[in-house]
Amino acid sequence: MSEADTRITVRLFASFRKGRFIEAEESYPGGTTIGDIIAGLDITPKEVGIILLNGRRAEPGQVLEEGAQLALFPLLGGG
Amino acid sequence: MEKILRVNMSDLSVKTEDVPEAWKVHGGRGLTSTIIAQEVPPTCHPLGPNNKLVFAPGLLTGTSAASSGRLSAGAKSPLTGTIKECNAGGTVARMLTRLEIKALIIEGQPKDDCWYSVHVNKAGVTIQVETETIGLGNFAVVDKVEARFGKTVGLLSIGQTGEFKMNLANISVKDPDSKLRSLGRGGLGAVMGSKRIKFISFDETGTPLVKAVDMEKFKEAGKRFAKALTDHPVSGQGLPTYGTAILVNILHEAGGLPTRNFTVGQFAAHDKISGETIHDTIVARGGKPKHGCHPGCVMQCSQVFNDADGNYLTSGFEYETIWAIGADCCVEDLDDIARIDSLMDDYGVDSIETGVMFGVAMEADILPFGDGKGIMRMLTDDIAKGTPLGRILGGGTANVGRIYGITRVPVVKGQGIPAYDPRAVKGIGITYATSPMGADHTSGYSIATNILNVGGHVDPLKKDGQVELSRNLQIATAAVDSTGMCIFIAFPGLDIPDCLAALVDMINARFGISLTMDDVMNLGKYILKTERNFNIAAGFNNQHDRLPEFFELEPIAPHNAIWDFTGAEIDAFWDF
Repeated sequence: MSEADTRITVRLFASFRKGRFIEAEESYPGGTTIGDIIAGLDITPKEVGIILLNGRRAEPGQVLEEGAQLALFPLLGGG
Repeated sequence: MEKILRVNMSDLSVKTEDVPEAWKVHGGRGLTSTIIAQEVPPTCHPLGPNNKLVFAPGLLTGTSAASSGRLSAGAKSPLTGTIKECNAGGTVARMLTRLEIKALIIEGQPKDDCWYSVHVNKAGVTIQVETETIGLGNFAVVDKVEARFGKTVGLLSIGQTGEFKMNLANISVKDPDSKLRSLGRGGLGAVMGSKRIKFISFDETGTPLVKAVDMEKFKEAGKRFAKALTDHPVSGQGLPTYGTAILVNILHEAGGLPTRNFTVGQFAAHDKISGETIHDTIVARGGKPKHGCHPGCVMQCSQVFNDADGNYLTSGFEYETIWAIGADCCVEDLDDIARIDSLMDDYGVDSIETGVMFGVAMEADILPFGDGKGIMRMLTDDIAKGTPLGRILGGGTANVGRIYGITRVPVVKGQGIPAYDPRAVKGIGITYATSPMGADHTSGYSIATNILNVGGHVDPLKKDGQVELSRNLQIATAAVDSTGMCIFIAFPGLDIPDCLAALVDMINARFGISLTMDDVMNLGKYILKTERNFNIAAGFNNQHDRLPEFFELEPIAPHNAIWDFTGAEIDAFWDF
């Protein structure tokens, strides 16, 4: 792990878990964006319904910082 | 010809009346609230002879329109003291329409101590003294009534708690599989119990299919409407696959999942009770991940949940129930939550009010947090038996808080707050505060826009835009609640413009009228104002449109959010 690497926890939900994982903590190169992570998971931007970064709504262009908690959901509803 | 059916329990008489001109444009909630506002003295005792219990199918119920089979029930609520409308699936709404009954109004009160049942068919109404089902839970009532009238009979019934006139009591509606859906909130089961009616059964044999005035236009609009429902990712894929409990993980991640009686916004054991886990468990045990609460629903968001041996345990196992018993009471065992769900259906209690009440009871040390077996025991040995403790618990959340001196009592207008923390999801807080129903998430479901990014996005942690969001949703919801449509049509409705246009086209084709979208929104405004005016006349004012003080005093983790709206900001909701 180089100094520029950042540890990021990614959690996936609902259909995104199929063939992938529930939760994974990995190191990524500095400057990695949410969009980079989504693309790396082979998820198309259109499939993504909700992005929560540390419990708050985030955009794909946002750069992830050390210790970031990223949660990705497809479009879902209920209640 | 559609008619109004009045059953007077004071003299056991039945009257059939023409539909008054002013009621013809109404259905569902619009009709129940119009009738209650017009005929029930706002200051009456909810369990006395002057309250009325009104059942009405929606404007499109009974037609081929997708997901249109919801039944509305209205009365003055014994839990809140406000006007109340509940709606549920099941088969009764369709039967009412087939029997050409636009509204069934139960009024008066017997002077004797007898229990009664009411049977409605093409020939008319029969009121009988009832003995066989008295003291029984809803599942046994279903069996007995089916044995008497046949498997296809429609049924509205109360459990033991309705007989005891408890504030927790709901009215059960039989679903297509002889299981139960619930007219849940506000203690309407107690109102039915106060009328001394154990059940109302319906037989639609010999009734004609419901036809639209312009069948061609109706079919064309119906196809467009069904397409919007199946095209939208939430109603077309998300809800059918994962059901409503998919929200457990979403709200946990967003920090808005009220946990341990609203002391924290995340539940450590969230994955044990999540929609994903429930889906996988149902599939592994041979249950049904998809199930419709009423015939003709395309979303099929309900499910049948089996036990570890593959035997039926419960159905209609929804997010609010799973949250209330799970996160709010900290019960981690999914099978225990499912057993509690089944007991609540059987005894006939609202699963939201009951779960929120138990959260407060746990804070009061009546039983420990996480004690699922204790909940089962108290439901069975106290609440369903009407012991003194059962009566205290059966009085609901506010009642238990008052009796045990608890200050963290999550209610608005006496009704338990559902599964979204208003500090972390502020739009829903405005809905809880202002809805004429008391704390009710369905009346203006801001979660769609605050959390799920449906219909745009309004930041859940900021105050900006929340009042307007809740207002627009509450107006639209009041209108949708008049059509017999499931509220989940709002998901495509918020994103696909043709969805609501097709809905209005169906109403117009059904009745040969020409409503515009503005007319429909004005209908929503009229309903909200009518309900609020009833509440004002019953003694409520803007000071009742407030959340409990603890939401202002106690920040909630993980966002350390507090409720920070001023009274004047909340009151602006009514500027329309």
